[in-house]
Amino acid sequence: MGNEECRKTGEFCLDPRTVYLAPDFVEACVQNNRLFVKGNEAVAMAALEAGCRYYFGYPITPQSDIPEFLSRELPKLDGEFIQAESEVASINMLLGASATGVRAMTSSSSPGISLKQEGISYMAGSELPGVIVNISRSGPGLGGIDASQADYFQSVKGGGHGGYRIVVLAPASVQEMYDLTMLAFDLADLYRMPAMVLADSVIGQMKEAVVPHPRPAVDLPAKEWAVQGKGGGEQRIVKSLYLGDGELEAHNWKLYAKYEQLRGKEVRWEEFLADDADLVVTAFGSVSRIAKTAIMQAREEGLKVGLLRPITLFPFPAQAYARITGRCKKVLDIELNTGQMIEDVRLSVTKDTEVFFYGRPPGAGSLPTPEELLEQIRKHY
Amino acid sequence: MRHDVFIAGFGGQGVLLAGNLLSLAAIAEGKNVCFFPSYGVEKRGGAAMCTVVIADGEVGSPVIGNPTVVIVLNQLSLEKYGSRVKPGGTLVINSSLIDSSAFARTDISTYRIPMNEIAMELGDARMVNMVATGAYVQLTGAVSDESLAEALKKALPERNHRFIPANMKAVAAGAQQIVAQAG
Repeated sequence: MGNEECRKTGEFCLDPRTVYLAPDFVEACVQNNRLFVKGNEAVAMAALEAGCRYYFGYPITPQSDIPEFLSRELPKLDGEFIQAESEVASINMLLGASATGVRAMTSSSSPGISLKQEGISYMAGSELPGVIVNISRSGPGLGGIDASQADYFQSVKGGGHGGYRIVVLAPASVQEMYDLTMLAFDLADLYRMPAMVLADSVIGQMKEAVVPHPRPAVDLPAKEWAVQGKGGGEQRIVKSLYLGDGELEAHNWKLYAKYEQLRGKEVRWEEFLADDADLVVTAFGSVSRIAKTAIMQAREEGLKVGLLRPITLFPFPAQAYARITGRCKKVLDIELNTGQMIEDVRLSVTKDTEVFFYGRPPGAGSLPTPEELLEQIRKHY
Repeated sequence: MRHDVFIAGFGGQGVLLAGNLLSLAAIAEGKNVCFFPSYGVEKRGGAAMCTVVIADGEVGSPVIGNPTVVIVLNQLSLEKYGSRVKPGGTLVINSSLIDSSAFARTDISTYRIPMNEIAMELGDARMVNMVATGAYVQLTGAVSDESLAEALKKALPERNHRFIPANMKAVAAGAQQIVAQAG
């Protein structure tokens, strides 16, 4: 179903005129190659460009633009779009599709992602790639639809049972929604494990210009484990059940070794004015954008403030914190929750570093403004 | 160069289209833009708001606590956001639907434009957002009229392109109000 074709890298496999945009925006696309799209649309575009032809999902605000886009475009590419009967079904469809070696994706928002945790654990146990997008919303429970970062723990610590990890990427712009979705597919294939894109309604619903790019050339391992019909070949089994003596222990150490490899090779972060900073603000995703403006305002007041923004939440860029806090002894952690990433920050900074926290638990009207964060910067500087 | 504007009204007044238009025009001019919408779950009548930041360099925050320019299209929006205009900034009020006699800030410039009347004179009350957009562009020069006309073509489906001339008239009428009141 076109999967071999879309393994090609370095060139667009899609015609942007027919695929990327609703007809009204065709002109904008052709001009300058800068597309003005929502973060959610950028995720869907990047998935198509990354060669994903299979999507399974169930609608939920504020991520429904993703299935909407893919339901329109996947059939044109001989792909499959399935609106499943539930989130539980859709994650298991993703598991099944990934087991055959194709690139596939699901997306949801916090309550839906909770429902998917069993399947994600099974995928992690079965070493299956596959991309899960969480445009998170506020909780706990049904909560609300406002931007939230309260799913940090669930995402990076293994949300389901069994002590696994998945790759977690945190975009802070519409361009990064595109870039990191594409990266998620590559990391999932490289390490043979699920990868998540974790954003919120700010990044998902806002519109910015995106420069789309074709899939980068990455040396990916052949999927010799994929179940594609036995034919004359050897039998292949994809499973997470290991009952033999010592088998499961060895399997867990094998998974652990991959996580260590990720920690060594795949950490990504952004530093902004951090080199001479006396106070480093740390934040991810939407809040890092708000913090950046606050930092620029602080600089205008003569305060030496910088930003350290983790792009990979797992693997966490611990080494960046260690290096920066070798010199700068004050870190202000800002999150849209009551304090989650701060635990990883505290584990990563040098011993004599002070870590301050400012949190806005999610809910209507609780998105902080740059002015509000500037006050926090002044307070802790 | 850096512009930020917050537009607020109720669903159906074209708040989001106005923000989209400004964004598309700025993008056509090679600028960086962030359009951040927020609206109620209702299709019509709920609150609708958007923030547009236009910059030569990095856009930074999609959220602005004290916007340089605030455009309010209904009474509730004035009551909620009138106090948020940055000192020295500008507030544009749709005086057709808003009683602003009790609004007394003196540290900002305030323009009162009967947007609904102007739009209806030009043929359709739904062009309120175009009057507002014209006023904003005249105030700030954030984008050119040409880019705006071009953006209308992109933002509207082809079947609605016949409305572009009337919309541009509404834009001009909004601009005219600013010229008259500033003069």
